[in-house]
Amino acid sequence: MTPPPRTRTIHRMMNSVSDPPDHPAVRAQDLSIVRGSRTVLRSLDFTVPPGQITGLLGPSGCGKSTLMRAIVGTQAKVMGTLEVLGLPAGATPLRSRIGYVTQAPSVYDDLTVRQNLDYFAAILDPGRAAAERRRASVTRAITDVDLTSHADALAGNLSGGQRSRVSLAVALLGTPELLVLDEPTVGLDPVLRRDLWTLFHTIAADRGATLLISSHVMDEAERCHRLLLMREGQLLADDTPDALRTRTGAETVEAAFLHLVDEAVAASAPEKERAR
Amino acid sequence: MTTPPPPPTTTAHTSPNTAAPAPGSRNSRNSLSAINYFRTTATATRVLRQLAHDPRTIALLLLIPCVMLFLLRYVFDGSPRTFDSIGASLLGIFPLITMFLVTSIATLRERTSGTLERLLTMPLGKADLIAGYALAFGTLAIIQSALATGLAVWFLDLDVTGSPWLLLVVAVLDALLGTALGLFVSAFAASEFQAVQFMPAVIFPQLLLCGLFTPRPDMHPVLEAISNALPMSYAVDGMNEVLKHTDVTANFIRDVLIVAGCALLVLGLGAATLRRRTT
Repeated sequence: MTPPPRTRTIHRMMNSVSDPPDHPAVRAQDLSIVRGSRTVLRSLDFTVPPGQITGLLGPSGCGKSTLMRAIVGTQAKVMGTLEVLGLPAGATPLRSRIGYVTQAPSVYDDLTVRQNLDYFAAILDPGRAAAERRRASVTRAITDVDLTSHADALAGNLSGGQRSRVSLAVALLGTPELLVLDEPTVGLDPVLRRDLWTLFHTIAADRGATLLISSHVMDEAERCHRLLLMREGQLLADDTPDALRTRTGAETVEAAFLHLVDEAVAASAPEKERAR
Repeated sequence: MTTPPPPPTTTAHTSPNTAAPAPGSRNSRNSLSAINYFRTTATATRVLRQLAHDPRTIALLLLIPCVMLFLLRYVFDGSPRTFDSIGASLLGIFPLITMFLVTSIATLRERTSGTLERLLTMPLGKADLIAGYALAFGTLAIIQSALATGLAVWFLDLDVTGSPWLLLVVAVLDALLGTALGLFVSAFAASEFQAVQFMPAVIFPQLLLCGLFTPRPDMHPVLEAISNALPMSYAVDGMNEVLKHTDVTANFIRDVLIVAGCALLVLGLGAATLRRRTT
Protein backbone atom coordinates (compact mmCIF):
# COMPACT_ATOMS: atom_id res chain seq x y z
CA MET A 1 0.00 0.00 0.00
CA THR A 2 2.46 2.60 -1.19
CA PRO A 3 0.61 5.89 -1.33
CA PRO A 4 1.00 8.02 -4.42
CA PRO A 5 3.52 10.82 -4.05
CA ARG A 6 1.94 14.07 -2.98
CA THR A 7 2.96 17.57 -3.74
CA ARG A 8 3.50 18.99 -0.33
CA THR A 9 2.34 22.50 0.15
CA ILE A 10 5.02 24.65 1.60
CA HIS A 11 3.61 25.83 4.82
CA ARG A 12 4.33 28.62 7.23
CA MET A 13 7.26 26.88 8.86
CA MET A 14 9.45 27.44 5.79
CA ASN A 15 11.84 29.88 7.32
CA SER A 16 11.95 28.48 10.80
CA VAL A 17 14.53 26.25 12.38
CA SER A 18 14.05 22.55 12.02
CA ASP A 19 15.31 20.22 14.68
CA PRO A 20 14.72 16.55 15.32
CA PRO A 21 11.82 15.80 17.67
CA ASP A 22 13.63 15.21 20.93
CA HIS A 23 10.32 15.03 22.77
CA PRO A 24 7.36 12.69 22.42
CA ALA A 25 4.27 14.09 20.71
CA VAL A 26 2.35 13.70 23.95
CA ARG A 27 3.73 12.99 27.41
CA ALA A 28 1.45 12.42 30.38
CA GLN A 29 2.64 11.95 33.89
CA ASP A 30 0.29 11.32 36.80
CA LEU A 31 -2.52 12.82 34.72
CA SER A 32 -5.90 12.97 36.44
CA ILE A 33 -9.11 14.70 35.52
CA VAL A 34 -11.97 15.20 37.93
CA ARG A 35 -15.42 16.10 36.72
CA GLY A 36 -17.72 17.06 39.56
CA SER A 37 -17.24 14.30 42.11
CA ARG A 38 -16.22 11.74 39.52
CA THR A 39 -12.60 11.00 38.64
CA VAL A 40 -12.74 10.53 34.88
CA LEU A 41 -9.03 9.86 34.39
CA ARG A 42 -6.95 8.33 37.15
CA SER A 43 -3.22 8.99 37.30
CA LEU A 44 -2.27 8.16 33.70
CA ASP A 45 1.36 7.79 32.61
CA PHE A 46 2.07 7.36 28.93
CA THR A 47 3.84 8.83 25.94
CA VAL A 48 2.74 9.06 22.34
CA PRO A 49 5.73 8.65 20.00
CA PRO A 50 6.04 11.15 17.14
CA GLY A 51 5.36 10.26 13.52
CA GLN A 52 3.21 7.25 14.32
CA ILE A 53 -0.42 6.29 14.65
CA THR A 54 -1.43 5.62 18.23
CA GLY A 55 -4.82 4.08 18.80
CA LEU A 56 -6.76 5.01 21.90
CA LEU A 57 -9.13 2.15 22.57
CA GLY A 58 -11.66 1.29 25.16
CA PRO A 59 -15.38 0.96 25.74
CA SER A 60 -17.51 4.10 25.43
CA GLY A 61 -17.48 6.18 28.59
CA CYS A 62 -13.98 5.09 29.60
CA GLY A 63 -12.55 8.60 29.28
CA LYS A 64 -11.16 8.57 25.72
CA SER A 65 -12.84 11.81 24.68
CA THR A 66 -11.93 13.55 27.94
CA LEU A 67 -8.29 12.59 27.44
CA MET A 68 -8.39 13.95 23.90
CA ARG A 69 -9.99 17.18 25.06
CA ALA A 70 -7.22 17.53 27.64
CA ILE A 71 -4.58 17.06 24.94
CA VAL A 72 -6.06 19.72 22.66
CA GLY A 73 -6.53 22.04 25.64
CA THR A 74 -10.30 22.32 25.92
CA GLN A 75 -10.69 20.30 29.12
CA ALA A 76 -10.73 22.15 32.41
CA LYS A 77 -9.38 20.81 35.71
CA VAL A 78 -6.49 18.78 34.37
CA MET A 79 -4.10 17.70 37.11
CA GLY A 80 -0.60 16.32 36.73
CA THR A 81 1.74 16.80 33.79
CA LEU A 82 0.53 16.84 30.21
CA GLU A 83 2.94 17.98 27.54
CA VAL A 84 2.03 18.21 23.86
CA LEU A 85 4.80 18.69 21.28
CA GLY A 86 7.06 19.72 24.15
CA LEU A 87 4.71 22.42 25.50
CA PRO A 88 2.10 22.32 28.25
CA ALA A 89 -1.22 21.18 26.76
CA GLY A 90 -3.35 24.15 25.78
CA ALA A 91 -0.39 26.50 25.27
CA THR A 92 -1.21 29.16 22.69
CA PRO A 93 1.47 28.20 20.11
CA LEU A 94 -0.05 24.72 19.92
CA ARG A 95 -3.31 26.03 18.47
CA SER A 96 -2.00 26.14 14.92
CA ARG A 97 -0.03 22.89 15.25
CA ILE A 98 -2.82 20.50 16.28
CA GLY A 99 -5.76 19.27 14.23
CA TYR A 100 -8.73 18.11 16.30
CA VAL A 101 -11.87 16.29 15.23
CA THR A 102 -14.68 15.86 17.74
CA GLN A 103 -17.06 12.91 17.62
CA ALA A 104 -19.95 14.99 16.34
CA PRO A 105 -18.98 16.80 13.13
CA SER A 106 -18.31 20.43 14.01
CA VAL A 107 -18.86 22.32 10.78
CA TYR A 108 -21.31 24.97 9.64
CA ASP A 109 -24.32 23.26 8.12
CA ASP A 110 -25.34 26.42 6.30
CA LEU A 111 -22.06 26.78 4.42
CA THR A 112 -20.75 24.71 1.54
CA VAL A 113 -17.87 22.31 2.08
CA ARG A 114 -15.44 24.71 0.46
CA GLN A 115 -16.77 27.75 2.36
CA ASN A 116 -16.33 25.85 5.63
CA LEU A 117 -12.74 25.03 4.79
CA ASP A 118 -12.02 28.53 3.47
CA TYR A 119 -13.05 30.01 6.79
CA PHE A 120 -11.07 27.64 8.99
CA ALA A 121 -8.05 28.01 6.69
CA ALA A 122 -8.26 31.80 7.09
CA ILE A 123 -8.20 31.40 10.87
CA LEU A 124 -5.19 29.04 10.75
CA ASP A 125 -3.15 30.92 8.21
CA PRO A 126 -4.36 34.52 8.02
CA GLY A 127 -3.24 37.34 5.75
CA ARG A 128 -3.71 38.27 2.14
CA ALA A 129 -0.22 37.05 1.27
CA ALA A 130 -1.19 33.52 2.27
CA ALA A 131 -4.22 33.35 -0.07
CA GLU A 132 -2.56 31.04 -2.59
CA ARG A 133 -1.25 28.73 0.13
CA ARG A 134 -4.69 28.60 1.74
CA ARG A 135 -6.35 27.73 -1.56
CA ALA A 136 -3.93 24.86 -2.08
CA SER A 137 -4.42 23.67 1.47
CA VAL A 138 -8.22 23.68 1.11
CA THR A 139 -8.10 21.82 -2.20
CA ARG A 140 -5.75 19.21 -0.76
CA ALA A 141 -7.94 18.69 2.32
CA ILE A 142 -11.04 18.20 0.14
CA THR A 143 -9.13 15.70 -2.02
CA ASP A 144 -7.79 13.92 1.07
CA VAL A 145 -11.28 13.11 2.32
CA ASP A 146 -12.56 12.39 -1.19
CA LEU A 147 -15.24 15.10 -1.28
CA THR A 148 -14.12 16.89 -4.45
CA SER A 149 -17.44 16.16 -6.16
CA HIS A 150 -19.31 17.65 -3.19
CA ALA A 151 -17.12 20.70 -2.64
CA ASP A 152 -19.94 23.11 -3.45
CA ALA A 153 -22.71 21.27 -1.61
CA LEU A 154 -24.08 22.64 1.64
CA ALA A 155 -22.65 20.68 4.56
CA GLY A 156 -26.16 20.37 5.98
CA ASN A 157 -27.32 18.53 2.86
CA LEU A 158 -24.61 15.88 3.08
CA SER A 159 -24.97 12.45 4.64
CA GLY A 160 -23.70 11.85 8.16
CA GLY A 161 -20.55 10.15 6.92
CA GLN A 162 -19.84 12.94 4.46
CA ARG A 163 -20.30 15.60 7.13
CA SER A 164 -17.86 13.84 9.43
CA ARG A 165 -15.38 13.83 6.56
CA VAL A 166 -15.81 17.60 6.15
CA SER A 167 -15.00 17.87 9.84
CA LEU A 168 -11.92 15.73 9.28
CA ALA A 169 -10.87 17.87 6.33
CA VAL A 170 -10.87 20.94 8.59
CA ALA A 171 -8.42 19.19 10.90
CA LEU A 172 -6.14 18.35 7.97
CA LEU A 173 -5.79 22.00 6.92
CA GLY A 174 -2.38 23.56 7.22
CA THR A 175 -0.31 20.41 7.81
CA PRO A 176 -0.78 19.91 11.56
CA GLU A 177 1.98 18.10 13.45
CA LEU A 178 -0.45 16.29 15.71
CA LEU A 179 -3.88 15.05 14.70
CA VAL A 180 -6.29 14.16 17.49
CA LEU A 181 -9.22 12.29 15.98
CA ASP A 182 -12.13 11.23 18.16
CA GLU A 183 -13.79 8.20 16.53
CA PRO A 184 -13.31 9.47 12.97
CA THR A 185 -14.60 6.30 11.32
CA VAL A 186 -17.82 5.86 13.28
CA GLY A 187 -20.79 5.23 11.02
CA LEU A 188 -18.74 4.90 7.86
CA ASP A 189 -19.00 2.00 5.44
CA PRO A 190 -16.10 -0.51 5.20
CA VAL A 191 -14.72 0.92 1.95
CA LEU A 192 -14.56 4.45 3.34
CA ARG A 193 -13.06 3.20 6.57
CA ARG A 194 -10.32 1.43 4.67
CA ASP A 195 -9.67 4.54 2.57
CA LEU A 196 -9.48 6.73 5.65
CA TRP A 197 -7.02 4.41 7.36
CA THR A 198 -4.89 4.48 4.21
CA LEU A 199 -5.05 8.26 4.40
CA PHE A 200 -4.03 8.23 8.08
CA HIS A 201 -0.99 6.11 7.23
CA THR A 202 -0.13 8.42 4.35
CA ILE A 203 -0.34 11.42 6.66
CA ALA A 204 1.93 9.76 9.22
CA ALA A 205 4.44 8.50 6.66
CA ASP A 206 4.58 11.38 4.16
CA ARG A 207 3.72 14.40 6.24
CA GLY A 208 5.50 13.20 9.37
CA ALA A 209 2.46 13.86 11.54
CA THR A 210 1.56 12.09 14.75
CA LEU A 211 -1.95 10.70 14.92
CA LEU A 212 -3.91 9.87 18.02
CA ILE A 213 -7.09 8.09 16.98
CA SER A 214 -9.77 6.86 19.32
CA SER A 215 -12.09 4.02 18.50
CA HIS A 216 -14.15 1.42 20.22
CA VAL A 217 -13.96 -0.84 17.18
CA MET A 218 -11.22 -3.27 18.03
CA ASP A 219 -10.44 -4.39 14.49
CA GLU A 220 -9.17 -0.86 13.81
CA ALA A 221 -6.58 -1.42 16.52
CA GLU A 222 -4.66 -3.71 14.22
CA ARG A 223 -4.02 -0.78 11.92
CA CYS A 224 -2.24 1.30 14.57
CA HIS A 225 1.48 1.37 15.31
CA ARG A 226 0.84 1.62 19.01
CA LEU A 227 -2.14 1.16 21.28
CA LEU A 228 -3.33 2.70 24.48
CA LEU A 229 -6.00 0.50 26.00
CA MET A 230 -8.27 2.28 28.46
CA ARG A 231 -10.94 1.15 30.85
CA GLU A 232 -12.77 3.21 33.46
CA GLY A 233 -10.28 6.06 33.35
CA GLN A 234 -7.22 3.87 33.67
CA LEU A 235 -4.66 2.58 31.22
CA LEU A 236 -4.60 -1.20 30.84
CA ALA A 237 -1.84 -1.30 28.27
CA ASP A 238 0.53 0.91 26.26
CA ASP A 239 2.18 -1.25 23.62
CA THR A 240 2.29 -2.32 19.98
CA PRO A 241 -0.51 -4.60 18.74
CA ASP A 242 2.00 -7.42 18.20
CA ALA A 243 3.50 -7.14 21.67
CA LEU A 244 0.02 -7.05 23.18
CA ARG A 245 -0.96 -10.27 21.45
CA THR A 246 2.30 -11.96 22.39
CA ARG A 247 2.07 -10.87 26.00
CA THR A 248 -1.48 -12.08 26.49
CA GLY A 249 -1.21 -15.10 24.19
CA ALA A 250 -4.31 -13.85 22.37
CA GLU A 251 -4.96 -14.07 18.64
CA THR A 252 -6.53 -10.66 18.22
CA VAL A 253 -6.26 -7.31 19.94
CA GLU A 254 -9.87 -7.73 21.00
CA ALA A 255 -9.05 -10.97 22.80
CA ALA A 256 -5.98 -9.33 24.33
CA PHE A 257 -8.10 -6.45 25.56
CA LEU A 258 -10.66 -8.79 27.15
CA HIS A 259 -7.84 -10.73 28.77
CA LEU A 260 -6.44 -7.52 30.25
CA VAL A 261 -9.89 -6.41 31.47
CA ASP A 262 -10.39 -9.72 33.28
CA GLU A 263 -6.95 -9.36 34.80
CA ALA A 264 -7.71 -5.81 35.96
CA VAL A 265 -11.05 -6.83 37.43
CA ALA A 266 -9.42 -9.70 39.30
CA ALA A 267 -6.70 -7.39 40.60
CA SER A 268 -9.05 -4.61 41.70
CA ALA A 269 -11.55 -6.85 43.52
CA PRO A 270 -9.37 -7.55 46.60
CA GLU A 271 -8.23 -3.93 46.56
CA LYS A 272 -11.81 -2.77 46.94
CA GLU A 273 -12.26 -5.19 49.80
CA ARG A 274 -9.28 -3.69 51.57
CA ALA A 275 -10.53 -0.17 50.99
CA ARG A 276 -13.62 -0.97 52.98
CA MET B 1 -0.79 -3.79 7.52
CA THR B 2 1.69 -0.97 7.42
CA THR B 3 4.89 -1.17 9.34
CA PRO B 4 5.70 1.77 11.58
CA PRO B 5 7.55 4.38 9.57
CA PRO B 6 10.78 5.90 10.82
CA PRO B 7 10.25 9.01 12.87
CA PRO B 8 10.14 12.19 10.85
CA THR B 9 13.36 14.04 10.50
CA THR B 10 12.00 17.52 10.92
CA THR B 11 9.54 19.14 13.21
CA ALA B 12 7.52 22.03 12.00
CA HIS B 13 7.33 25.24 13.91
CA THR B 14 4.88 28.04 13.87
CA SER B 15 5.56 31.45 12.55
CA PRO B 16 6.30 34.22 15.01
CA ASN B 17 2.92 35.90 14.49
CA THR B 18 1.11 33.11 16.26
CA ALA B 19 3.76 32.83 18.92
CA ALA B 20 2.31 33.34 22.32
CA PRO B 21 3.18 34.60 25.72
CA ALA B 22 4.86 32.41 28.28
CA PRO B 23 3.65 28.82 27.97
CA GLY B 24 2.25 29.05 31.46
CA SER B 25 -0.44 31.58 30.68
CA ARG B 26 -3.11 29.20 29.47
CA ASN B 27 -5.98 31.59 29.56
CA SER B 28 -4.25 33.83 27.01
CA ARG B 29 -5.50 36.94 28.69
CA ASN B 30 -3.94 38.93 25.89
CA SER B 31 -6.51 37.71 23.39
CA LEU B 32 -8.74 40.66 24.16
CA SER B 33 -6.06 43.25 23.70
CA ALA B 34 -5.24 42.63 20.07
CA ILE B 35 -7.78 42.13 17.31
CA ASN B 36 -6.46 40.39 14.25
CA TYR B 37 -7.97 42.34 11.36
CA PHE B 38 -7.86 39.46 8.90
CA ARG B 39 -9.38 36.87 11.22
CA THR B 40 -12.10 39.33 12.22
CA THR B 41 -13.11 40.07 8.64
CA ALA B 42 -12.88 36.37 7.77
CA THR B 43 -15.32 35.68 10.61
CA ALA B 44 -17.66 38.46 9.48
CA THR B 45 -17.55 37.13 5.91
CA ARG B 46 -18.35 33.65 7.15
CA VAL B 47 -21.35 34.86 9.18
CA LEU B 48 -22.66 36.81 6.17
CA ARG B 49 -22.13 33.78 3.91
CA GLN B 50 -24.18 31.68 6.31
CA LEU B 51 -26.94 34.27 6.10
CA ALA B 52 -26.66 34.38 2.33
CA HIS B 53 -27.75 30.74 2.26
CA ASP B 54 -30.87 31.80 4.16
CA PRO B 55 -32.55 34.50 2.05
CA ARG B 56 -35.83 34.23 3.92
CA THR B 57 -34.21 35.38 7.15
CA ILE B 58 -32.62 38.32 5.34
CA ALA B 59 -35.95 39.28 3.79
CA LEU B 60 -37.75 39.10 7.13
CA LEU B 61 -35.00 41.06 8.81
CA LEU B 62 -35.13 43.88 6.30
CA LEU B 63 -38.86 44.01 5.62
CA ILE B 64 -40.50 43.64 9.02
CA PRO B 65 -39.36 47.04 10.40
CA CYS B 66 -40.60 48.70 7.20
CA VAL B 67 -43.97 46.98 7.39
CA MET B 68 -44.33 47.90 11.08
CA LEU B 69 -43.54 51.57 10.40
CA PHE B 70 -45.99 51.58 7.52
CA LEU B 71 -48.65 50.09 9.79
CA LEU B 72 -47.87 52.58 12.54
CA ARG B 73 -48.13 55.52 10.15
CA TYR B 74 -51.78 54.67 9.41
CA VAL B 75 -52.59 53.61 12.98
CA PHE B 76 -51.76 57.21 13.92
CA ASP B 77 -53.33 58.60 10.77
CA GLY B 78 -55.15 61.28 12.77
CA SER B 79 -52.20 62.40 14.91
CA PRO B 80 -48.99 62.80 12.89
CA ARG B 81 -47.19 64.24 15.94
CA THR B 82 -47.60 60.92 17.77
CA PHE B 83 -46.31 59.07 14.75
CA ASP B 84 -43.24 61.32 14.68
CA SER B 85 -42.39 60.54 18.30
CA ILE B 86 -43.19 56.82 18.33
CA GLY B 87 -41.84 56.27 14.83
CA ALA B 88 -38.50 57.85 15.72
CA SER B 89 -38.27 55.76 18.89
CA LEU B 90 -39.08 52.58 16.99
CA LEU B 91 -36.35 53.32 14.44
CA GLY B 92 -33.99 52.86 17.37
CA ILE B 93 -35.76 49.89 18.92
CA PHE B 94 -36.20 47.67 15.85
CA PRO B 95 -32.51 47.12 15.15
CA LEU B 96 -31.89 46.41 18.82
CA ILE B 97 -34.57 43.71 18.98
CA THR B 98 -33.86 42.01 15.65
CA MET B 99 -30.10 41.96 16.15
CA PHE B 100 -30.60 40.64 19.68
CA LEU B 101 -32.66 37.73 18.37
CA VAL B 102 -30.44 36.94 15.39
CA THR B 103 -27.21 37.09 17.38
CA SER B 104 -28.43 35.09 20.34
CA ILE B 105 -29.62 32.26 18.09
CA ALA B 106 -26.55 32.40 15.84
CA THR B 107 -24.07 32.24 18.71
CA LEU B 108 -26.12 29.59 20.48
CA ARG B 109 -25.87 27.48 17.34
CA GLU B 110 -22.14 28.11 17.28
CA ARG B 111 -21.90 26.87 20.85
CA THR B 112 -24.08 23.78 20.43
CA SER B 113 -22.75 22.68 17.02
CA GLY B 114 -19.22 22.31 18.38
CA THR B 115 -17.82 24.89 15.95
CA LEU B 116 -17.13 27.27 18.84
CA GLU B 117 -15.05 24.64 20.61
CA ARG B 118 -13.23 23.93 17.37
CA LEU B 119 -12.55 27.63 16.78
CA LEU B 120 -11.23 28.03 20.31
CA THR B 121 -8.72 25.22 19.75
CA MET B 122 -7.49 27.25 16.77
CA PRO B 123 -5.45 30.45 16.82
CA LEU B 124 -8.56 32.65 16.92
CA GLY B 125 -8.80 35.35 19.56
CA LYS B 126 -12.10 35.68 21.38
CA ALA B 127 -12.11 39.34 20.43
CA ASP B 128 -11.70 38.37 16.76
CA LEU B 129 -14.78 36.19 16.95
CA ILE B 130 -16.90 38.76 18.74
CA ALA B 131 -15.74 41.62 16.56
CA GLY B 132 -16.45 39.46 13.52
CA TYR B 133 -20.03 38.89 14.66
CA ALA B 134 -20.47 42.56 15.50
CA LEU B 135 -19.12 43.54 12.08
CA ALA B 136 -21.38 41.13 10.18
CA PHE B 137 -24.59 41.98 12.03
CA GLY B 138 -23.60 45.65 12.14
CA THR B 139 -23.45 45.63 8.34
CA LEU B 140 -26.87 44.05 8.20
CA ALA B 141 -28.16 46.59 10.72
CA ILE B 142 -26.93 49.47 8.57
CA ILE B 143 -28.94 48.15 5.62
CA GLN B 144 -31.99 47.50 7.79
CA SER B 145 -31.83 50.92 9.44
CA ALA B 146 -31.20 52.72 6.16
CA LEU B 147 -34.29 51.11 4.63
CA ALA B 148 -36.50 51.82 7.66
CA THR B 149 -35.23 55.39 8.14
CA GLY B 150 -35.50 56.16 4.43
CA LEU B 151 -39.05 54.85 4.28
CA ALA B 152 -40.10 56.73 7.42
CA VAL B 153 -38.56 60.07 6.48
CA TRP B 154 -39.24 60.21 2.74
CA PHE B 155 -42.42 58.20 2.24
CA LEU B 156 -44.25 58.21 5.56
CA ASP B 157 -43.59 61.90 6.32
CA LEU B 158 -41.85 61.29 9.60
CA ASP B 159 -41.08 64.86 10.59
CA VAL B 160 -37.56 65.07 12.00
CA THR B 161 -36.03 68.45 12.79
CA GLY B 162 -32.46 67.14 12.76
CA SER B 163 -30.59 65.19 10.11
CA PRO B 164 -31.85 61.69 9.18
CA TRP B 165 -28.17 60.67 9.19
CA LEU B 166 -28.13 61.14 12.94
CA LEU B 167 -31.12 58.79 13.21
CA LEU B 168 -29.06 56.26 11.29
CA VAL B 169 -26.09 56.68 13.63
CA VAL B 170 -28.24 55.93 16.67
CA ALA B 171 -29.94 53.01 14.89
CA VAL B 172 -26.60 51.39 14.08
CA LEU B 173 -25.37 51.80 17.65
CA ASP B 174 -28.62 50.26 18.87
CA ALA B 175 -28.05 47.33 16.54
CA LEU B 176 -24.58 46.91 18.00
CA LEU B 177 -26.08 46.96 21.49
CA GLY B 178 -28.59 44.29 20.42
CA THR B 179 -25.77 42.16 19.01
CA ALA B 180 -23.83 42.55 22.25
CA LEU B 181 -26.79 41.62 24.44
CA GLY B 182 -27.65 38.64 22.24
CA LEU B 183 -24.10 37.37 22.37
CA PHE B 184 -24.03 37.73 26.12
CA VAL B 185 -27.32 35.99 26.92
CA SER B 186 -26.61 33.12 24.52
CA ALA B 187 -24.07 31.95 27.10
CA PHE B 188 -26.91 31.37 29.55
CA ALA B 189 -29.25 29.61 27.16
CA ALA B 190 -28.96 25.87 26.75
CA SER B 191 -31.42 25.68 23.87
CA GLU B 192 -33.14 27.82 21.25
CA PHE B 193 -36.29 27.75 23.41
CA GLN B 194 -34.44 29.41 26.25
CA ALA B 195 -32.69 31.86 23.95
CA VAL B 196 -36.01 33.10 22.56
CA GLN B 197 -37.38 33.45 26.10
CA PHE B 198 -34.52 35.80 26.91
CA MET B 199 -36.08 38.36 24.60
CA PRO B 200 -39.08 39.07 26.85
CA ALA B 201 -36.73 38.85 29.84
CA VAL B 202 -34.08 41.26 28.60
CA ILE B 203 -35.85 43.43 26.04
CA PHE B 204 -39.44 43.88 27.25
CA PRO B 205 -38.62 45.59 30.57
CA GLN B 206 -36.45 48.04 28.68
CA LEU B 207 -39.22 48.54 26.14
CA LEU B 208 -41.70 49.42 28.90
CA LEU B 209 -39.30 51.76 30.69
CA CYS B 210 -37.54 53.43 27.76
CA GLY B 211 -40.06 56.25 27.42
CA LEU B 212 -41.87 54.88 24.41
CA PHE B 213 -45.23 54.66 26.17
CA THR B 214 -44.92 57.55 28.56
CA PRO B 215 -42.17 60.13 29.17
CA ARG B 216 -39.69 58.79 31.69
CA PRO B 217 -40.04 61.74 34.14
CA ASP B 218 -43.76 60.86 34.49
CA MET B 219 -42.99 57.39 35.84
CA HIS B 220 -42.87 56.34 39.48
CA PRO B 221 -39.48 57.61 40.79
CA VAL B 222 -38.26 54.07 41.37
CA LEU B 223 -39.06 53.08 37.79
CA GLU B 224 -37.51 56.27 36.49
CA ALA B 225 -34.32 55.46 38.40
CA ILE B 226 -34.31 51.97 36.88
CA SER B 227 -34.93 53.38 33.43
CA ASN B 228 -31.92 55.65 33.93
CA ALA B 229 -29.80 52.54 34.26
CA LEU B 230 -31.11 50.79 31.13
CA PRO B 231 -29.35 51.42 27.83
CA MET B 232 -32.50 51.41 25.65
CA SER B 233 -33.69 54.57 27.44
CA TYR B 234 -30.73 56.45 25.99
CA ALA B 235 -31.34 54.98 22.54
CA VAL B 236 -34.86 56.43 22.59
CA ASP B 237 -33.71 59.72 24.14
CA GLY B 238 -31.13 60.06 21.40
CA MET B 239 -33.76 59.55 18.70
CA ASN B 240 -35.98 62.17 20.31
CA GLU B 241 -33.11 64.67 20.41
CA VAL B 242 -32.75 64.33 16.64
CA LEU B 243 -36.53 64.65 16.31
CA LYS B 244 -36.65 67.99 18.16
CA HIS B 245 -33.34 69.74 17.48
CA THR B 246 -31.66 70.79 14.27
CA ASP B 247 -28.15 70.59 15.69
CA VAL B 248 -26.20 67.91 17.45
CA THR B 249 -27.00 68.64 21.08
CA ALA B 250 -24.91 67.83 24.12
CA ASN B 251 -27.66 65.47 25.23
CA PHE B 252 -27.50 63.68 21.91
CA ILE B 253 -23.77 63.14 22.28
CA ARG B 254 -24.25 61.90 25.84
CA ASP B 255 -26.96 59.44 24.71
CA VAL B 256 -24.86 58.14 21.84
CA LEU B 257 -21.80 57.68 24.05
CA ILE B 258 -23.83 55.82 26.67
CA VAL B 259 -25.33 53.43 24.10
CA ALA B 260 -21.92 52.83 22.52
CA GLY B 261 -20.29 52.38 25.91
CA CYS B 262 -22.93 49.87 26.98
CA ALA B 263 -22.50 47.95 23.73
CA LEU B 264 -18.74 47.71 24.24
CA LEU B 265 -19.15 46.76 27.89
CA VAL B 266 -21.60 43.95 27.09
CA LEU B 267 -19.41 42.78 24.18
CA GLY B 268 -16.59 42.50 26.71
CA LEU B 269 -18.82 40.52 29.05
CA GLY B 270 -19.78 38.32 26.09
CA ALA B 271 -16.10 37.65 25.42
CA ALA B 272 -15.71 36.58 29.03
CA THR B 273 -18.39 33.91 28.55
CA LEU B 274 -16.34 32.23 25.81
CA ARG B 275 -14.17 29.73 27.60
CA ARG B 276 -11.43 27.76 25.92
CA ARG B 277 -11.47 25.16 28.67
CA THR B 278 -14.74 23.64 29.80
CA THR B 279 -15.56 20.72 32.04
